[in-house]
Order: sequence, then C-alpha cells, then structure tokens
Amino acid sequence: MMMLINNIQIDDTFAEAFNMRGTRVIITAQNLKWAYHAANAMTGFATSVIGCGVEAGIERELSTEETPDGRPGVSILMFAMGSKVLMQQLETRMGQCILTCPTAAAFAGIEGEDKISLGKNLRYFGDGFQTSKLIDGKRYWRIPVMDGEFITEETTGMVRAIGGGNFLILATSQPAALAAAEVAIEAMKKIPNVIMPFPGGVVRSGSKVGSKYKTMFASTNDAFCPTLKGATNTELSPEIESVMEIVIDGLTFEDIALSMKVGIEAICNLGADCGVKRISAGNYGGKLGPHLFKLHDILNGSNS
Amino acid sequence: MNALTFTLKNPLKFTINCSALTPSNLANKSVTDIANIKLTSGNSSALTSDLFEITGQDASQIVFKNASNKMDYIGAHMSSGKITIEGNAGAYLGFSMKNGEIHCLGSADSYAACNMVNGMLTIDINVGDFLGAGSEGLRKGMRGGTVIVKGNAGDRVGDQMRRGLILIEGNTGDYCGSRMIAGTIGVWGKVGTYTAFNMHRGTLLLKNTPTLHATVQDCGTHTLPYLSLLFKSFKKYSTPFNQLTSQRVQRFVGDAAYKGNGEVLVLNAK
Repeated sequence: MMMLINNIQIDDTFAEAFNMRGTRVIITAQNLKWAYHAANAMTGFATSVIGCGVEAGIERELSTEETPDGRPGVSILMFAMGSKVLMQQLETRMGQCILTCPTAAAFAGIEGEDKISLGKNLRYFGDGFQTSKLIDGKRYWRIPVMDGEFITEETTGMVRAIGGGNFLILATSQPAALAAAEVAIEAMKKIPNVIMPFPGGVVRSGSKVGSKYKTMFASTNDAFCPTLKGATNTELSPEIESVMEIVIDGLTFEDIALSMKVGIEAICNLGADCGVKRISAGNYGGKLGPHLFKLHDILNGSNS
Repeated sequence: MNALTFTLKNPLKFTINCSALTPSNLANKSVTDIANIKLTSGNSSALTSDLFEITGQDASQIVFKNASNKMDYIGAHMSSGKITIEGNAGAYLGFSMKNGEIHCLGSADSYAACNMVNGMLTIDINVGDFLGAGSEGLRKGMRGGTVIVKGNAGDRVGDQMRRGLILIEGNTGDYCGSRMIAGTIGVWGKVGTYTAFNMHRGTLLLKNTPTLHATVQDCGTHTLPYLSLLFKSFKKYSTPFNQLTSQRVQRFVGDAAYKGNGEVLVLNAK
C-alpha cells in the first residue's frame, strides 16, 4: 500500500536489525568541554562493528544533578556483536581515552545482569598506589595521575541490545539529502537509549553483504548508488541523485522504533519541496536479522 | 504489635551475655520460650525471665530498658530487625552483626562493632576502646556496615578494620586507625597520639589537624574528586559530616614503617 506524508513516499519495506550487547558509561569532567573531549575520543572510530569492533556514540548531556560526582557530564552508549569484544573495546577505550583525558572520570551508566569491567583492570596503572573505595555498595578506584586523581567505577552493566535499525533518505540532490538527514538527526538526538554511530549520525556508504572480490564481505550498496542507475539493478527512480542512510543502535526495539519514527517525521515535516522524495530502509530480505522495523507500522504506531 | 521489650529488673552484679536476644533468634518464639532462654551470667547462667521483665510481642523490634554496661554481646550476629537500648551497653555491642540496626541511647563499652559485617550501629554517647576492631586472634576487624558515635571513642578505633564506615562526632583516644586495612573513619573532634599507627590502607577523615608520627608523611593539599561521592553518601546520616562540601584536604600518607598506603585527610584545608 502506498504511503505518502507531505508528498514524500514511504516505502513499504523494513529495516533489518541484529542482536547486540550494549553498555552505558557516564563520563564527567571539570566542565562540559572536557567531558566532550573524553567522550568524543572514546566514541571515535566506532562507527561500525565491521571495522571498528564496536559502535559507540554520545547519547546525551547530563546535568550536574544527574551525574554521580555532581560535575557536568555526558552519557555514551557502546554496542558490540558479543560480550567479549565489548569488554575488550571498553577497557581499551577507557585506558586510552578517559584515563588520559584531564579531569575526566567514568561511572557505570546502566544496571545489567552482567557486569563488565570499567576500571577494574585499569587500576593497575596505579602501580600499587591505586586505592579503592566502596561507597553505597559501589566500588570505585582512585588512580593517582599527574593532574591529581582519576576516578572510575569498578564495573558497569552489560545488557542485551539491538543494532542496525536504519532508514534511507532519497533526495533529488546531495545537499537536499544531507540537509534532511541533519534535521532528522537533531530530532533523534532527543530520544534516550539510542545512538546514531556514524559521522554526524549519517552514512553515505551503505553496504550490501558480499562482493565480487573474495576478501571483501561487504561492499557498496549499488542498488542505491545514484551514479549506477543505468548500470545495475537500481532501486532509484530517475530524479534521485543522492541517498543518505541513518543507522540506529538502541537498548530496546521500542527505543529504535521511536527514534526512526521521530527522524522520518522530522524529514516529512519539511515536505517534498525540500528535495526528499522517498524514505526507504535497508534489509537483507528478512533472512539475517531477527528484528524487522517496518516503516509503515512504525509511522502508524503499530510496530511490535 | 508492640516491640518485644526486656526491662532489667535489678542492677546486675555480673556481666550477662545477651547474644541470644536478637530479632532473628527470637522470631516465632512464644513469650514462655523466650522467658526460658538461659543467659550466661558471670560463671553461671540465669533465665531471661529472672533478669528481665518481658513485654510486647514483635521480635523484629527489640527494646532493652534500664540497660547497663554489664550487658555484653547485645545484637551479636544479628541479621535483621532493630534493637534499641535505653541505657548503656556492655562490651561487644553488635559483635559480628550481619544486618539490621542497633541504636544505643547511652554509651557502649569496648569492642563495639567488633567483626561487624553489615548493618547500622548508632551510639548516642560514648564508646570504649577497639571500636570496629577484630576480636582477639582475628586478622581483620570490621568488614562492612556503618557505625555512628555521637560522643567520644576510646583507643584503637578501627584497629585492623577491613571495610565499612565509622563516623565519630566527638574525640577519639590514641592509635585511631591502627593497623587499618581499608574502610573509612571520620572524626569530627580531636584524635589522640599515634593516629594511623601501622596503617596499611583506608581513609581517616579528620576535622582537626592531628599530631602524626614521623612515618606518616605530608603529601600536600589537594582537591580530591572522590570526596564528592563520599560526602554524598554521608547525606543520609544525621551527623555534622553531612554538611561537608569542600573537597579540599591536606593529605598525609602512611604508615611508611608498614609500607602503608593509608591516607589521613584533614578537612577544609586552604
């Protein structure tokens, strides 16, 4: 059935997403500037599990009332395909990005049935001068560093999560697609429990599974490449000149569905005059991922 | 139901062991059963009903009235409920306490919170020596829980303390934090000599600058970020410690004679 919102066509298709393991870490610092420096470093090079091991992003800013130590902070979400990778990546990024960042501290941001180490092993950097404090049932490590002391909670929670929710923005020009994507991202950033891990939240190089080259297990999604319209089995109509994708990882199906709804509605509110003609989604025919985000159902509020 | 109340009939000639009179031990027992419990008294024993007038039924809320410092081991090994002591308590108050709450409206003798594991112990006046220490022969003292003393404490507060929190609003005697392994002791008043003697780890939080021995070294004045977490955890207790806001402290570390990494933090440093 055709769905049109403000003359923008919503394809009768779905995004296909996968089970992941996720965690949340709260980063605080002397001020927001340094909290962002730490968080940006920690979530850097974490766009896709394909090449980065984890997908990570800043979830939102936290006020001084919301952080454990009463300083400004941000919460970050981190997702991986398995618990082992998530633990390794968290430890590595804690050591290289948070421990090193002036005034930064790290705290658990989520309760979970499983605990993974946040500062548990990082404490050995203290070379015997590290000390722990058990405060209100939570263990913290104090590691002496050159700017004073680095504080980190011993563990954070690890939960089951979902990665790979997505939608595609099909527009008549590259600037139009990007402008619409920016509007969507601004709206989606207000939704808790989700991140859009790619640069600025937007992907221009959506991929398909497989390649003509044996060593590549993912390659360009040629069906959505506008310059290949005459050379491949294209999904694009003649007026489409640019496609951008927004990928969403979240803690629950509902969180991702809400985020997709908010993002698509923000674009549709711009109307077709903004250059966006269609909204579609990436999937593998429903054969690989257990979670299907059907665009029509999400926008009708009947997703499940 | 009314709180199960034990009112001491006559002043005690000898110490009695009250460890049997805890909420978990008395749960589901009839008044007759409770009256027939034998308590060690000096080198013999006596029935509970011979020593106390017993009223009330709710064993989860026990009250000792006319209590004296000859009543040892009140709340020993208790794991739930609340004990209120109207009067003084003897030695080993809250011995090996695992959970629950004890409120002593008077003073307590030595070895209060000895081997304590968890729970809350409040003493409204003074407490004797070895608060939160380990019993004879043990290498670890208090292993968790919270102790609040409104008055003064004797010598050897937190001796070999392993974990937990002790907040003292008054003064302490000598050897405060001696052989301390971990945990936190706060003293709002003054401390005696040889504070942090043979201290291994842990934190002494002091309002007043102590006279420290040579093997506890000054590390300078610092703003320690973890204190915001610690002070936040003090907010729920009705003590002067819940007013603390400044994370600026003078930090001493020792006891170097013991290769110790314990810290003495003097509050409100410039």
